[in-house]
Amino acid sequence: MEPIAVISIFVLAVFVGFEVVSKVSSTLHTPLMSGANAIHGVILVGAIIVADHSTTNLELGLSVAAIVLATINMVGGFVVTDRMLEMFKGNKK
Amino acid sequence: MSRTLYDLIGLGAGVAFILALKGLSHPKTARRGNLIGAFGATLATLVVFFYANPGSSLPLNNLGWILGAMVIGLAVGVPAARKVEMTQMPQLVALFNGVGGGAAALVAIVEYLHLGAEATTAEVIFTVFTVIVGCVSFSGSVITFMKLQELMTTRPVIFPAGRFIIAATLVGVIGVGGWVVAALGTTPLLILAGLSLLFGVLFVLPVGGADVPIVISLLNAFTGLTVAASGYVLDSVLLIIAGTLVGASGTILTRLMAEAMGRSLFGTLFGAFTAKPQDASGAVEERPVRSGSPDDVAILLNYARRVVIVPGFGLAVAQAQHTVRELADLMISKGIDVAYGIHPVAGRMPGHMNVLLAEANVPYYQLEEMDEINPTFSQTDVAIVIGANDVVNPAAENTPGCPIYGMPILKVSNAANVIFLKRSMRPGFAGIENELLYDPKTILLFGDAKASLTKVVSALKAL
Repeated sequence: MEPIAVISIFVLAVFVGFEVVSKVSSTLHTPLMSGANAIHGVILVGAIIVADHSTTNLELGLSVAAIVLATINMVGGFVVTDRMLEMFKGNKK
Repeated sequence: MSRTLYDLIGLGAGVAFILALKGLSHPKTARRGNLIGAFGATLATLVVFFYANPGSSLPLNNLGWILGAMVIGLAVGVPAARKVEMTQMPQLVALFNGVGGGAAALVAIVEYLHLGAEATTAEVIFTVFTVIVGCVSFSGSVITFMKLQELMTTRPVIFPAGRFIIAATLVGVIGVGGWVVAALGTTPLLILAGLSLLFGVLFVLPVGGADVPIVISLLNAFTGLTVAASGYVLDSVLLIIAGTLVGASGTILTRLMAEAMGRSLFGTLFGAFTAKPQDASGAVEERPVRSGSPDDVAILLNYARRVVIVPGFGLAVAQAQHTVRELADLMISKGIDVAYGIHPVAGRMPGHMNVLLAEANVPYYQLEEMDEINPTFSQTDVAIVIGANDVVNPAAENTPGCPIYGMPILKVSNAANVIFLKRSMRPGFAGIENELLYDPKTILLFGDAKASLTKVVSALKAL
């Protein structure tokens, strides 16, 4: 990827992140942390890519470990966030 | 699948993550947002199996290993997420964050081993960054988890020459990082990983229990940045977007929390290094306090017009959230105006109390933020403080030099009467005496919060 493209994506994503999160109600800060946590679990995609082109046992072993950890992070994160948010839903004013 | 389609789907998943965070602006839209995010993540994961990276072909190599590892991850992650108690949420978030950081570091190491001498300088620099920060995030999160789970002391761990050791480790990490960039070798990279793990441990050890939430949030932001850096090395738009979003949102949240505690982020993280170890004996002076019975409390509540409930971590420990709601419902049925005053850092995680009370089906509109509730204390007849101490301690306003001085507090001392539900006279996390306990308008109700509240409920019913 062109470095300038990478830098552009990075800078724009920083601003989107700032904007979106500064509007989050403080009632939902715990789900926010766990939701953001789940999002970085998408490193699973990276772990699968490196497992695909692993050629030695060391590389394969490390990438298998990475897949296990990333899956826990991603799936566990979304499930637990959903559990929390489900509790907030039934309150109608 | 063409590269363009693959990248477009990645972009779609990135948008799904933005919508997931955006949904959290209101409890009504939050759950749907999270499901959109989960959908995006699932889609992104499925798509990798249908796109061959350059130099590779379909189906993916090592497919059995990949699928097997995912099954193990699911078998560990899903039950953990389903079973965890709401009181233990901070630990779980810390742990999930740690494994994410660990995964990012491992991905970087594998990619480095794979690329070998072909790696460009930029790729090596990003790899070194990911290994350092991912390892720090991993080991730091593990220590955070142990502190929260009380597998180790929650007090700051301060050792002789600690500051020097930590600084030396950091210099070592940076030095070895430079060595990896210059010399390219597997051994230096593994040394770098080891030193970074050590630095993560040393970095979190001196942080006291009350400041741990800030550390979780900061490490979360760190892991996000490592994912973004991996995105550059692995040529994935999705990882760059997702990682940067988390890095940015984590940074903002960390700052908000530090503000809620009334201090700079730097002070929180490095304050412990300059602090003197606390006197563990903490000679408690014997002074008269007014303790009351559940009946006294019930009578007081029965004649109140407005009651504010201030929950703290003690509520979580006693699992008293359902009993609190029972009491609140009973008071509402008697025509009493009831609200909850939530301090932003009450509990062990920002918003922790909101989650606990939501679990007990407390409507979220009864939960009022500090700035909303503070002006109303002067019209409040009774403030019930349940298992909270530091967040209502007037010392934060009137005792310069005390560790929590400057922290915004819930001004319960403006209420006509204050009831403290406490287990003992032991001071809170920060270890500071609370003058409010000795105030003539304060009544102390000693005992387990849940048991005490149950007694108050039955006494109030009988009136």
